[in-house]
Amino acid sequence: MTNRQSFLIAATIALGIMGTVVAVRAQSATEIVLTNVSYDPTRELYRAVNDAFSKHWQSTAGQKVTIRTSHGGSGKQARSVIDGLEADVVTLALAGDIDAIARESKRLPANWQSRLPNNASPYTSTIVFVVRKGNPKGIKDWPDLAKAGVSVVTPNPKTSGGARWNYLAAWAYEVDRTKGDQAAAKKFVEAIFRNVPVLDSGARGSTTTFAQRAVGDVFISWENEAFLILQEFGADKFEIVSPPFSMLAEPPVSLVDFVVDKRGTRKVAEAYLNFLYTPAAQKMIAHNFYRPSKSEGVDAADLARFPKLKLVTIDEAFGGWAKAQAEHFAEGAVFDQIYKPGQGSGRPTR
Amino acid sequence: MHSSSAFSESPAVRWTLIAIAIGFLALFLVLPLIAVFAEALRRGIGMFLEAFAEPDTQAAIRLTLLVSAIAVPLNLVFGLAAAWAIAKFEFPGKSLLITLIDLPFSVSPVVSGLVYVLLFGAKGVLGPTLDDWDFKIIFAVPGIVLATIFVTFPFIARELIPLMQEQGTAEEEAALTLGASGFRTFLTVTLPNVRWALLYGVLLCNARAMGEFGAVSVVSGHIRGLTNTMPLHVEILYNEYNFVAAFAVASLLAALAFVTLGAKSFLEWRHGDALAATRRH
Repeated sequence: MTNRQSFLIAATIALGIMGTVVAVRAQSATEIVLTNVSYDPTRELYRAVNDAFSKHWQSTAGQKVTIRTSHGGSGKQARSVIDGLEADVVTLALAGDIDAIARESKRLPANWQSRLPNNASPYTSTIVFVVRKGNPKGIKDWPDLAKAGVSVVTPNPKTSGGARWNYLAAWAYEVDRTKGDQAAAKKFVEAIFRNVPVLDSGARGSTTTFAQRAVGDVFISWENEAFLILQEFGADKFEIVSPPFSMLAEPPVSLVDFVVDKRGTRKVAEAYLNFLYTPAAQKMIAHNFYRPSKSEGVDAADLARFPKLKLVTIDEAFGGWAKAQAEHFAEGAVFDQIYKPGQGSGRPTR
Repeated sequence: MHSSSAFSESPAVRWTLIAIAIGFLALFLVLPLIAVFAEALRRGIGMFLEAFAEPDTQAAIRLTLLVSAIAVPLNLVFGLAAAWAIAKFEFPGKSLLITLIDLPFSVSPVVSGLVYVLLFGAKGVLGPTLDDWDFKIIFAVPGIVLATIFVTFPFIARELIPLMQEQGTAEEEAALTLGASGFRTFLTVTLPNVRWALLYGVLLCNARAMGEFGAVSVVSGHIRGLTNTMPLHVEILYNEYNFVAAFAVASLLAALAFVTLGAKSFLEWRHGDALAATRRH
């Protein structure tokens, strides 16, 4: 065989493979497809909910519906929806991110949060501590994180939605304890962040730092993430400490009106969000470590995992996300004043 | 005493250099590669194979194949045309064209992704018009293809230009003098002269097209089973603590790299002379 012949054969085979791939891709589009743009740790939850909803919709409306999900950092996902990612519904980590979509793109109305029960949050969570097995540093409550010699892991509040909750929970604790002393709260949070050896940019990065690289004595985390860490990395290595006082984290959901009206999916998308509040979905929610909004239909064993804590909402403690964001996390705001990169070495420099 | 070529160095120096090079390669290339396969197979071959049974993973593999099946042939045509124009003709703006071809090498992939968001995004220059036509570019397959074409287009042209310049225009001129048409000259003279370099460029282009992360990540939207390519899927699986599946998909990408490397070595060994011109540059 000459060089030229072998080249032609190689080229023909390559084109053949490419043609087959393209042909295989061609698919039918008779069923309804919904896109749910969500944040990082909801994968298992929505996988269960999506299956259940598909069955429910098939039996009640007689239509086949497939739900596609997209996961990523909450802020980044909001940005993508603003830039045109066609989400029928958004299920994000903070109301502030959905507010941003309403403000920047007008794809949903400003009053979105009043359209569904419980501030449009079908499930909630809170902020807890994950410590190493046996709790060697004796961590019980927020003041323990500010003590000298305790190394604290939390992501960067500038980039991570979850980390903002951590920061605000500590702040709210001290304000509550001192009956409203903001200056004391600032000192308290500053002391905690002095104990942070490394600020990862996202919650999953911090989890890896704490669980795999074995950095730090205590990891401040969403409760659902904490349970996931125990499940993935071993309940024999870590334990959860719930402080008596914490924040009620409300991850909200909303329809994206512009998209559902354009695609004609409003009815099924609304049904999907309402489905999240049904006992069937609440059971899955509790099973996936989120706190259900109603205990009806939820397994007692799942419910027993969530200790009763004193929980305050962001509205009660900070007057809403927009205000908290501007006062604490904006350029040059309180967080920038108390945290100076390179200073947090895990060893307090007092 | 004044002949100080590398060959006159003492054996100790030579072996130290070789040891450093091998040690470096082992530490930074071989070890991580072994780690990928070790992690993928940590819970046995069953779990490894299960990772590929997942529909989302299959969709990611299909999408990656589709994207490179579109991007590589387009870049092949573009690369050939550009290399031919540059090597065989003189025209104003030629050096500008060469610089532009190199642009994707010097621009961060994230920026090349963002460019498309700024152009085709809902708030971008062309976004509203596209929305009226109900034609999706970013957060859909066309955007991923565009971003991939952008980051991979220098590969084939860069491979061909030095070789074609070296070969000059004498053979083409002879063919034309003998009465062949321009197209026939291209098919029977130009193309056979560069075929192995072309294939080599296609291989490199394909490897990058399948492995591209940054630019694709920006325009993908990360919808599972729809706009997730293999590299993006690896990241998502990893972030979900699904380490076995993440490394299983990663090992498939690594295997692709091995195939590319093997094919590349074969070409160099079998058709070294045809590629020699390229290598000299």
